[in-house]
Amino acid sequence: MSGAAAVTSEPAGTPAGRPVGLPAGEPAATSMTMVKALNLALRDSLRDDPTVHILGEDVGALGGVFRVTDGLAAEFGPDRCLDTPLAEAGILGTAIGMAMYGLRPVVEMQFDAFAYPAFEQLFSHVAKMRNRTGGRMALPITIRVPYGGGVGGVEHHSDSSEAYYAHTPGLHVVTPATVADSYGLLRAAIASDDPVVLCEPKRLYWTTGPLEETAPIGRAVVRRTGTSATLLTYGPSLPICLEAARAAEEEGFDLAVVDLRSLVPFDDETVSAAVRATGRAIVVHEASGFGGIGAEIAARVTERCFHQLAAPVLRVTGYDIPYPPPMLEKHHLPSVDRILDAVARLQWEQ
Amino acid sequence: MTIVHDSVPTDLVGSVGLRGPRRDPAPLLPDAEPLRVLGTRAAVTGDPDLALDLYSRLVLGRRFNRQATTLTRQGRLAVYPASTGQEACQVTAAMVLADQDWLFPSYRDTLAVVARGVAPIDALTLMRGHSHCGYDPYEHRIAPLATPLATQAVHAVGLAHAARLRAAADPRASAANVVALALVGDGGTSEGDFHEALNFAAVLRAPVVFLVQNNGYAISVPLAKQTAAPTLAHKAVGYGMPGRLVDGNDALAMHQVLTESVAHARAGRGPVLVEAITYRLEAHTNADDATRYRSAAEVDDWRTRDPLTRLEAHLRAHGQLTDATAERLAAQAEELAAEIRAQFEAAPEPDPRSLFAHVYATPTSQLREQAADLDARLALDAEFAADNSHNFDHTDHADHAAEGAGGQLDRDHDGRGDLR
Ligand SMILES: Cc1ncc(C[n+]2csc(CCOP(=O)(O)OP(=O)(O)O)c2C)c(N)n1
Ligand SMILES: [Mg+2]
Repeated sequence: MSGAAAVTSEPAGTPAGRPVGLPAGEPAATSMTMVKALNLALRDSLRDDPTVHILGEDVGALGGVFRVTDGLAAEFGPDRCLDTPLAEAGILGTAIGMAMYGLRPVVEMQFDAFAYPAFEQLFSHVAKMRNRTGGRMALPITIRVPYGGGVGGVEHHSDSSEAYYAHTPGLHVVTPATVADSYGLLRAAIASDDPVVLCEPKRLYWTTGPLEETAPIGRAVVRRTGTSATLLTYGPSLPICLEAARAAEEEGFDLAVVDLRSLVPFDDETVSAAVRATGRAIVVHEASGFGGIGAEIAARVTERCFHQLAAPVLRVTGYDIPYPPPMLEKHHLPSVDRILDAVARLQWEQ
Repeated sequence: MTIVHDSVPTDLVGSVGLRGPRRDPAPLLPDAEPLRVLGTRAAVTGDPDLALDLYSRLVLGRRFNRQATTLTRQGRLAVYPASTGQEACQVTAAMVLADQDWLFPSYRDTLAVVARGVAPIDALTLMRGHSHCGYDPYEHRIAPLATPLATQAVHAVGLAHAARLRAAADPRASAANVVALALVGDGGTSEGDFHEALNFAAVLRAPVVFLVQNNGYAISVPLAKQTAAPTLAHKAVGYGMPGRLVDGNDALAMHQVLTESVAHARAGRGPVLVEAITYRLEAHTNADDATRYRSAAEVDDWRTRDPLTRLEAHLRAHGQLTDATAERLAAQAEELAAEIRAQFEAAPEPDPRSLFAHVYATPTSQLREQAADLDARLALDAEFAADNSHNFDHTDHADHAAEGAGGQLDRDHDGRGDLR
């Protein structure tokens, strides 16, 4: 086993000639849940690349608490889809060692808040190994993290932890909002020679949609064009933003909606262009605002689009509080009303 | 062939029921006393070539530690956590591994890294502050020196597990026999990652040898404040692997226990935990003041149990070390020291442009922007330095720049870097 094998740039999981994000033998129009699309992405990766190994808690016979690994242990055997002892640092640390030896581990963290025990392994080793070794040792590990609220989860089951990951150089951080992107981004993450944290919006797990071609990691997409203002969002907040845009029409606003998809690398180009087109921008996410992704985006947009801006960049985010109990979460989460209120504050009378 | 199913040990007592396998703990228990070979019959009847070989490695190892410590005083190393007094552990850990095996060292184990064949200058780039890891992990099959305590023990498990998986997939592969050896300190055994590593290794039956160098202290904290376990080796039993206790200052005993442990792991019998009782003769690092937490009498007492002098006394007593050989080894040690000094003389400065090179396989657009910014600043600095070299006018700007550079040099040279 040589080092070179661990850092090949052509991932075995992406057969040449197939467009990103379309599984073999699956008619593009097939509609399925996000869970099913993620499951399919794992299955296709396991089938195409013998170095892909899944490990996590309850990923075997149970198929994961969200069933994303359903049937994989039965189809590929317990070595390829391993029920580990219950210890997140142990899971990720073991994945590191496996990646050192040329495997492509896919780690499932059971819930957002239960990934925290693995943060030392993630921040001190996963994110840094390529850099620490002067490029000699890559760690092509995919870390799947179901995240976010809106599902009535009691405490520790609804955190939005994406900013912790995005703040750590060396990690790629992606978060799908559609069924097609969940398949495409997971396959791209597994094929990537860099570690990728895939933040899966659990409130969208049961939404359905078609599988279609998607973009590689690092590209945002304009989900709705508009002329009045631009909503910048990702993951669980995309459907709310699209709903807000529809509601805003009645008030005479034509809102554009950008789905970031990839937090790291960040697609400055698409975001800046979309903001310049309207001159007004609001960032929407579930995570607390202070020191969050929205703050970074507001700063980036201001630095790049200052002269095209007609109003300060606003944020609609979760409050700066520990995630609330489920009976109160609707007040905490960005809502259509809060987004519309922010739109109204974009200094229209000038 | 799957290996996970194999992981249920065959030496079970009772049945594998809902409550899991039940095993007789007795065979896993460490001996009551650390294994000692020096001073026993085994030392006399053993292979004299091995004893002399070990001795020569200890001599070189000690000289390496002394030279590295000197380099900290000269400001050439930012920090050095010496393994002086622990050389028997260091050199045997490297010696017992086969070519295909992997070593997972901590910050205190530079000597083990050198003993496995890495050039001293490359092994010391971390301590120089030059780069985080100066050697190719794949060339030497040594993970980068790990500073976050016990984290490397889990990596050893994953690598050993992966090697078994690959061997199962292709029985002809050389992976069939890979063993990983992880080095951890006594303080590191309190970390959650140590626990998780042992548990994962045992459950997966991964071929890993965990070597704990119990040198009595974690910086200032003595072992008594670290654990209430009978010995650290006893911790093995709770995970279902054998624990071995060994005199870490007895090179012959170290060699024996590690050889047996590696063979155990290689044979597919699962992991082993070895606790080596040793002592850190120097401070935690050059930046530490050990007089604040331990007495000179204690250190002096341990000097009488120095691994080097103990083995030397044995060899001399049995006529296995002549003055001529001792002189030859001393000369070799001086050669090593001179070579290290020469390597440091010749070592290049780090290139600031390397900062952005290996964050990702392909730099992000943001990193490219930042690299361009640094490039521009470097170009300005170079221009300024060129101007300044033939212009001794002291403008405010020149004074300020000189001060900045000087401050940086001071920091580099007072040897105050630390691993805390
Ligand atoms: C996770 C973590 N916590 C704290 C430290 C700071 N630290 C560095 S060395 C050390 C003591 C470790 O003692 P031990 O494991 O006995 O190893 P030794 O230094 O004696 O070889 C500490 C606390 C660290 N490196 N990593
Ligand atoms: Mg110690």
